[in-house]
Amino acid sequence: MDAFGKYKTVVSARATDKKILKKSQDGGIVSAAFIYGLENGLLDGVIVADNAGEFKAVPKVATTPEEVLEAAGTKYTVCPNISVLKSAVREYALEKVGIVGTPCQIRAVRKLMKYPVGFRHTDSKIALTIGIFCMENFPYMGLKTIVEEHCGVKMEDVVKMDIGKGKFWVYTKWGETKAIKLKETHPYEQIACHVCTDYTAELADISTGSVGSPDGWSTVFVRTIRGEEFFNKMVEDGYLEIKPIEEVKPGLGLVEKLALTKKEKNTKEIEHRKELGLPVPY
Amino acid sequence: MVKIAHIHMCGCTGCLISLADTYEQLLDILNKVELVYALTLVDEKTEIKEIDDKIIIERKIPDDIDIALVEGSVCLDDEHSLKEILEVREKSKIVVALGACAATGGVTRFCRGNQMSKPVHSSFVPIGEVIKVDLALPGCPPSTESIVKLIGAALNGDTVYLEPYAELANKTEVCGCDLLYKVVNKSLCMGCGTCAAACPTRAIEMLDGRPNVLKELCIKCGACSVQCPRIRFPKLIEEIE
Repeated sequence: MDAFGKYKTVVSARATDKKILKKSQDGGIVSAAFIYGLENGLLDGVIVADNAGEFKAVPKVATTPEEVLEAAGTKYTVCPNISVLKSAVREYALEKVGIVGTPCQIRAVRKLMKYPVGFRHTDSKIALTIGIFCMENFPYMGLKTIVEEHCGVKMEDVVKMDIGKGKFWVYTKWGETKAIKLKETHPYEQIACHVCTDYTAELADISTGSVGSPDGWSTVFVRTIRGEEFFNKMVEDGYLEIKPIEEVKPGLGLVEKLALTKKEKNTKEIEHRKELGLPVPY
Repeated sequence: MVKIAHIHMCGCTGCLISLADTYEQLLDILNKVELVYALTLVDEKTEIKEIDDKIIIERKIPDDIDIALVEGSVCLDDEHSLKEILEVREKSKIVVALGACAATGGVTRFCRGNQMSKPVHSSFVPIGEVIKVDLALPGCPPSTESIVKLIGAALNGDTVYLEPYAELANKTEVCGCDLLYKVVNKSLCMGCGTCAAACPTRAIEMLDGRPNVLKELCIKCGACSVQCPRIRFPKLIEEIE
């Protein structure tokens, strides 16, 4: 089974701007790319998942680096990013839109680019898609239960959440760190995630995630010609520092392991659903 | 040259405008095809008859059409409407239900305006309920780009690309309900929001990451359902460069 889908290069990278690193989840690749795009005229607006307070995620059209920074960091809950795509093109009159999304959302974008039935004059305005590694997502109430019931932390006190080393981590504004085993969070997963076999956002121009790289760095797959051009320029202009993936730990092996785990587990679930006569995405 | 005709049934001309809105791409298409019949875009064949001292001028649908793009639904209360759609079927190799009215009935059946419609909504049926349709492209109107891509694929004989549209031709109901019955209720919705963005009447709001379809606004154009990556995801989308 092919773990990663098509790609041209894979590296370990992080933003060079300290401001970004302070706010970002890991290496700040998404924020750095969007800020680079906005500052250098490669993008004139981007769709991001903003924190609407207490880690409620809302899609937002950002047109300035400040807005991008405000929205930095992972929110482990559903955020319908694509729902604002048409308004980004119509109401904000954007000509070059960047979109960040989970693998399923990037698939949705690819579908609307190939079959743009309800997206008049929109697909040509999509300038860059960045996908983020994703094992599963939580509905907001599920996330709240994990944080409040299992971690014993009030949602309003949370400043950052993280998944790594087999645990779900919560950091509070009081400087506390709480962690529970990832296993405890499984019951709160969005069921729809169990039929998804895409871990590394295989259809994005660029995909990124923390897995495979050291703390504070991200693994980056550059997949398309468009993604490659953008990424190379970004590195040349000093927005990112990169290291060969072979030289970092834990390295690509771990990404491969997780990607294959997702594929195998969810392929089984798809087969199971078929046996029961339930519909599956086809 | 491939002969293409745009046939206007009971619709608002929005689909024709969407076709014309291709700007320079329209020229590309027109260079490759012979547009034999279309309101405003080409001169139409007319037949002039004299009956009982009256001069009757009738538009005439040309013979041997390769691809007929049919916009609008069929009005069962109008004899001409029925005659015309049957004539189109007889004279065309491929019939495309272009847009929601032709594919599902669209606003002619499901508009929720305040006015009394005459004839009543129940008089209008999607063309697929009267004739066999080969391809259906829902949406109100379907985007310019999707029309161009469909015509392009038809010219190139790209049946793989056209497959989803061929499947849609076999049904005349696609709408926001699909999202609820086929996706949300089957735990397939992951909350991407594509349906909400695709909706031309803003009938879909995202509540807690799930689509909520406002039935007062839904005109059953099918854009949301067609666009949903969890209802149909053709393999060829995975070919990226």
